[in-house]
Amino acid sequence: MQLTREEEKGLKGDYGQALAAAYRILVSIGEATEAERLTSIKWAHLSGVNYNTIGDGGAIFLEKFSEDARAKVKTTINPMGFDRTQPNKLSQNFITKQMSIVNSYKRLGVVPSFSCIPYELFSVPRGSTVSFAESNAAIFSNSMLDLLTNKESALSALASSVTGKAPYSDLRKNEQRRAKLSITPSFSPKTELDWGLLGYFAGKINNDSCINFDNIPQPDLRGAKSLSAALGTSGSCGMFTINHGEETKAITYEPKDASAVKDELSNSEDGDVIVLGSPQLGMNELSYLTDLLEGRRFQKPCMIFCSRAVHNRASHIGVPDKLAKAGCTFICDSCSCLTPLISKEETDSVITNSIKAAYYLNHSNKVAVCLKDLKAIIKDYS
Amino acid sequence: MCLVIKCRKIVGGLGFGQCLVTRQPINFLTMLDPETGIFHDLEHELHGRSLKSKVLVFPKAIGSSVGAYVLYSLKNKGLAPTAVICTSLIDIITASACAISEIPAVDMKGQRFESKSIIRQGTQVLVDADSCHIEIIKKH
Repeated sequence: MQLTREEEKGLKGDYGQALAAAYRILVSIGEATEAERLTSIKWAHLSGVNYNTIGDGGAIFLEKFSEDARAKVKTTINPMGFDRTQPNKLSQNFITKQMSIVNSYKRLGVVPSFSCIPYELFSVPRGSTVSFAESNAAIFSNSMLDLLTNKESALSALASSVTGKAPYSDLRKNEQRRAKLSITPSFSPKTELDWGLLGYFAGKINNDSCINFDNIPQPDLRGAKSLSAALGTSGSCGMFTINHGEETKAITYEPKDASAVKDELSNSEDGDVIVLGSPQLGMNELSYLTDLLEGRRFQKPCMIFCSRAVHNRASHIGVPDKLAKAGCTFICDSCSCLTPLISKEETDSVITNSIKAAYYLNHSNKVAVCLKDLKAIIKDYS
Repeated sequence: MCLVIKCRKIVGGLGFGQCLVTRQPINFLTMLDPETGIFHDLEHELHGRSLKSKVLVFPKAIGSSVGAYVLYSLKNKGLAPTAVICTSLIDIITASACAISEIPAVDMKGQRFESKSIIRQGTQVLVDADSCHIEIIKKH
């Protein structure tokens, strides 16, 4: 891999230990992905904020790293483990460690967005090269917004943030942004859950960075979010295209394939709590939900995960009040994946329309899941 | 008898030790005890074995990329491997884990199977990542 003189100096430690570590990360990943050089990026989005995911090792690394590294490009960050403004039963250890992580990121100079949907919160520099960890954000941005990113790891995106560089490889190269495999559904996905089931199926069978879907309509925002999150949950794919199946090998997708995915992830007939989010809900989804719940009230508790910025924006038009009256509780700055707020000690099973939430609640939180689309959830439980 | 095997440098440095070999991928986050460096996953063939002072020889890491922090944590506690050899193409989790933990790392991209098969459980090797070679010190 070829480095510029400046990059060589950074790697040698001329600009401090943290930057040397950042360049070591970029060079090692560059070698691993066969990049010939680094390229400049405009925006980094970091995962690895929740103490439940990065643990003590991550907290200690970030504390040291943030002593002398600073974000060089616009940097946004993923949700953390809880909502600081709400009462909770979390251990003091969790809260202390979580806040240490938050403070390290603040020292780095990031935007404290605590959101997994940066593409809905900030203006998007279309056509630019960026570095997004958080798989739903990387996939959505590559596929719907004409941004160029690899499916980054927590560490590669962090290294990109403080250097402003990323390996020039894989989905950052235009010629790599073409699928070799197409999935051709025999039916059109209708609900957000249909899009999610398709995404999970596709991620499992595709080993490339890009996949194509043929013979289907463009997904709407909710559909595309669900598809992106599910695709990122089950595999390593970082991008999808719609109806660009020229020169690809095709695989069909039938209702029985969708049922098989649903049977794998949905292991309960019913649930105690309704969980909405992963990805976090944006303004569009909150408005949609408010309309659907007009004159109705959930008979079970409903947790809505969203960013504080979206909650504040929605407050201007009275959305949180209306949803609270319909039985919803907001949890800001956090998301359903790996949150300590949903535990098997208190909850046997949840109801959700999110494939990603279903997967992580099942596998990490060991809570049973009942998967239903949003309209069905409202019909059955309000 | 070939005593030096070629490899590809991913993270520079020198590491010496007995090889701990597996053909199964490793999820650092779920399969290792971060306090002891011992494999606690019952399904993994390295169950009960420790990474400490070993040269880890394995195909690749799987699972969440924050698994990298587990290796960093072990390094701080003196429980990390002295070097890492990936038997095919290195993955980004292992690459970034070794980069932050300053553990020499190489992979065997483009190397023939025969040269890889010399490295067995317990073989003592010196991994010289900067020179792109692995010296076989003592066969087990």
